[in-house]
Amino acid sequence: MYDRIREKLGILADAAKYDVSCSSSGSKRKNDNKGIGDASNGICHTYTEDGRCVSLLKILLTNHCIYDCAFCVSRKSNDVKRAAFTVDEVVELTMSFYRRNYIEGLFLSSGIFKNADFTMERLVRIAKRLRLEERFNGYIHLKTIPGASQELLTEAGLYADRMSINLEMPTEMGLKLLAPEKSHEDVKMPLGFIKDTITQFKDEKKTGLIKSVPKFVPAGQSTQMVIGATPETDMEIMYSADEYYKNFSLKRVYYSGYIPISYDDRMPMIGSQPPLLRENRLYQTDWLMRFYGFNVKELLNSKNPHLDTDIDPKLSWALRNLDQFPIDINTADYRVILRVPGIGVQSANKIVQARKFGRLRSDQLQKIGIAYNRAKHFIRCADSPVMLNEPDAPHLKNVILTESSSKYLKVAQNQLSLF
Amino acid sequence: MTTYIFDGSLEGLLTSIFEFYDRKEKSVQLVWNKFYQPSMLDEALEVINDETKARRVWEGLKKKLSPDWRTRFYKSYLSEDPQTFQDLFDFARYIFDSPAGAEANFGNPHVMAISKMDKRVNREKHRMKAFIRFQQTADGIYYCPVEPDFNVLPLIVSFFKNRYADQQWIIYDVKRKYGLFYDLNKVQEITYEFVSEIDTKKVALPAELTDAKEELASVLWKDYFNSTNIPARKNMKLHIQHVPKRYWKYLNEKEGKN
Repeated sequence: MYDRIREKLGILADAAKYDVSCSSSGSKRKNDNKGIGDASNGICHTYTEDGRCVSLLKILLTNHCIYDCAFCVSRKSNDVKRAAFTVDEVVELTMSFYRRNYIEGLFLSSGIFKNADFTMERLVRIAKRLRLEERFNGYIHLKTIPGASQELLTEAGLYADRMSINLEMPTEMGLKLLAPEKSHEDVKMPLGFIKDTITQFKDEKKTGLIKSVPKFVPAGQSTQMVIGATPETDMEIMYSADEYYKNFSLKRVYYSGYIPISYDDRMPMIGSQPPLLRENRLYQTDWLMRFYGFNVKELLNSKNPHLDTDIDPKLSWALRNLDQFPIDINTADYRVILRVPGIGVQSANKIVQARKFGRLRSDQLQKIGIAYNRAKHFIRCADSPVMLNEPDAPHLKNVILTESSSKYLKVAQNQLSLF
Repeated sequence: MTTYIFDGSLEGLLTSIFEFYDRKEKSVQLVWNKFYQPSMLDEALEVINDETKARRVWEGLKKKLSPDWRTRFYKSYLSEDPQTFQDLFDFARYIFDSPAGAEANFGNPHVMAISKMDKRVNREKHRMKAFIRFQQTADGIYYCPVEPDFNVLPLIVSFFKNRYADQQWIIYDVKRKYGLFYDLNKVQEITYEFVSEIDTKKVALPAELTDAKEELASVLWKDYFNSTNIPARKNMKLHIQHVPKRYWKYLNEKEGKN
């Protein structure tokens, strides 16, 4: 009796796992109807053996699909087992997992069956059941199906915490190469529509005319690009991400290193290593743009279209801009301190508060928790020795790589170790 | 240097701080009585808990510290760590002896020590929110034994109460032999007697004590955990960093993989 549901879950979780979004934060949904669940800061309930967080029950409603996108494991022409959940099954699974504190909520995606509206309607029906009948206030992430009607999208937004549509490939050219039936324009339309509707709900709330404006996609929208299936440069990838962050107020762009799943000769061969280090560098760049005040053009430009693999993008930037260093920890602006390699947001905050009590010394900086061995080349503090000659970038890079706890050195170029 | 011996309670810690000022001591080493070893040259004082004195110290801290920092003080106390008790003692002295706002001085070793311990306790608190795996018992209560590094149960009460408002649940700290029980109205502290029917040393409940659907739920969760993994990306170092081995026996998805 268990076998059928177990097989379905196996197939439909396996098919959904290439969507890397795992976030369950950013929604302030409270359990104020004596129902079950809430959604706030996000919790990773476990981590798989690949080190990725498991926060949501991430499944496809079905892996039947009318499209034949070369990069997708559920493409029409692929010879894989197909399955479909019923609405009841998804609701029951979600509740059963949630009540046991296995998950923060549901991430529901689907292959496109029949047409966009038909698929979207099923997704909405599940979210609606969870919210209205089960009084479920946990996190719901719904995929926006491109081409679905605005009525359905609006209804979906009233039940979902987050919605997302994947760009799939970083550029239109890349997408056309592997999925000629698709286009970035099809993604931009619904992204724009939902963004505008979010703004509209927020504005209504501000006017105060309507007492309780319902939540509409409170955790915002996100998207995902597959990296390494098509030949885009890091610059093209991050410029595209930057554009989507700006134009559609996205909460997140995810970068998913392509894992070969096909013998299609337009893409990397099955068995070749997924570009994990590159993916990591792209995320670091994304963080620098969102939390460290960097403009993407400072990190990637026509002179430097690729991120270094041996050092992180912040250190690369600093080594290219040694004329801006060293900075004085005791006087420099917060935004300048944030740009020092080895100093993060929390440490920068602590430094700015602590220096009001007196000039900071190196031992205090170490206790505050900065990566002092890296940062020391870029800062001056109360007890810094006098520097006689200015170091040059290649020399400095060498020193840092030698001194660092070999986080970089152990890793062969373009490959992360397996164990 | 005088040695103060106290009983490890918050009241005892706060009373010690009171005694320090009352007796105009120069410097004090604070020792938890369960670790105290008398020595010849020791000048020792056994601190006797006193609610009034403790309250006065707490009120004093309240005047000087934001609610945020008072919580940090309390959370660090829950670490049950002997060195942290000394740090809290020194931190309180630093706060009392400095003008308001001194807690922002991250260059001060006591402030930094509390800030660091607060972070560690927070991490453990967060892990309990993440790693709790309820099993539904035959009488409909959701049960989970835990063994947190620090005494964090008081910090997760409201989280579980708000989230699981429509189901009864028990979270039992096996190491400290007490737990929380939510009866659909309020959360109460329970002792080992409350769960005496259960062998709390074993994580999984025996089949006869669980709900009919419990086994399937657990099997499906394990299936899901394995299906959502991408073998081509295997990274056990990262996996273990996020899910340290000492928690594995409480996680049904990791069962038998130690």
